[in-house]
Amino acid sequence: MVKQSKLAVTGAHYGLKDWLVQRITAILMVLYLALMIVVILATGPYQDYVAWKNLFHQQWVRFATLIFFIGLFWHAWIGLRNVLMDYVHATAVRLMLQILAIVSLLFYTVWTADILWNTGN
Amino acid sequence: MVAKTYSKRPKHLNLLKIKQPFPAVISIIHRITGVLLFFPGIPILLCILQDFLGSQESFDHLQENLRNPLIVLILLLPLWFFFHHVCAGIRHLALDQHMGVELQQARTSAYLVFIMGIMLTALTGWLLW
Repeated sequence: MVKQSKLAVTGAHYGLKDWLVQRITAILMVLYLALMIVVILATGPYQDYVAWKNLFHQQWVRFATLIFFIGLFWHAWIGLRNVLMDYVHATAVRLMLQILAIVSLLFYTVWTADILWNTGN
Repeated sequence: MVAKTYSKRPKHLNLLKIKQPFPAVISIIHRITGVLLFFPGIPILLCILQDFLGSQESFDHLQENLRNPLIVLILLLPLWFFFHHVCAGIRHLALDQHMGVELQQARTSAYLVFIMGIMLTALTGWLLW
C-alpha cells in the first residue's frame, strides 16, 4: 500500500509569481502604448521638438513612462531569467549573465529617470 | 508490418530534422525576439528616447535619420521583432484564459499572429516613410 504524504504537492511558488508579474507588466505596457497613441492623436499633431518636449514635461506623462519602463525591465528580467535557466546549464556562467542583466536593468532604470526628468530643460 | 514501420522512426530528436508545427515556430520566434528586444533593443530604445527628448539639435538629427530610407528599412527589423512579440504575447494571454486551445484554433491564431506582426510592421514603416 502506498502511503499518502501529508505534504501538499506544491512548488516554491516563485514560479507562479513570475508568471503573473510577466503578464501584468505585459498588460500595463500595452495599456500605456494604447493610452499614449490616443493622447497623441487627440492632442496632436506633434511635429516639432517643442510640442513633444511639452508633452513629456507633464508630470503624469513622466510617471506613466517611468512605470512603463520599469514594467518593461521587470518583464525582460523574468523572460531572460527563464531563457538562461533553459539554455545555460553551467551555473557560474548563468550566474554571471544574470548579474550582468540585473546590473544593466538597474542602470537602465536610473538612465530612464534621468532622460525623463533631466533632459531638454 | 507494424514493427517495420516502427523501426524506421527516428531514434533521437534532431531539431533541424523535425518539421516544427507553425505554433511552435511562432513560439520560438517569440522567445528569440524577446532576447533581442532585451539586448540590443532596450539600450537602443533608450538612446533614441534620449535624442528624442534631449535637445532641438538631437531631435533634428533624429528626424534627419528617419528621413533616410535605408535607416527606415533597417528599423523595420526591430519593429517586426516588437510587433511579433506583442502579438504572440496577446495570443499567450488568450491561451492562459483557455481561449483557442483547440488544435485548429491554435494553428489559426498562430498564422494570425504572424500576419498581424508583418502587417503592423508594414503599417509603421509606411507611416515613418
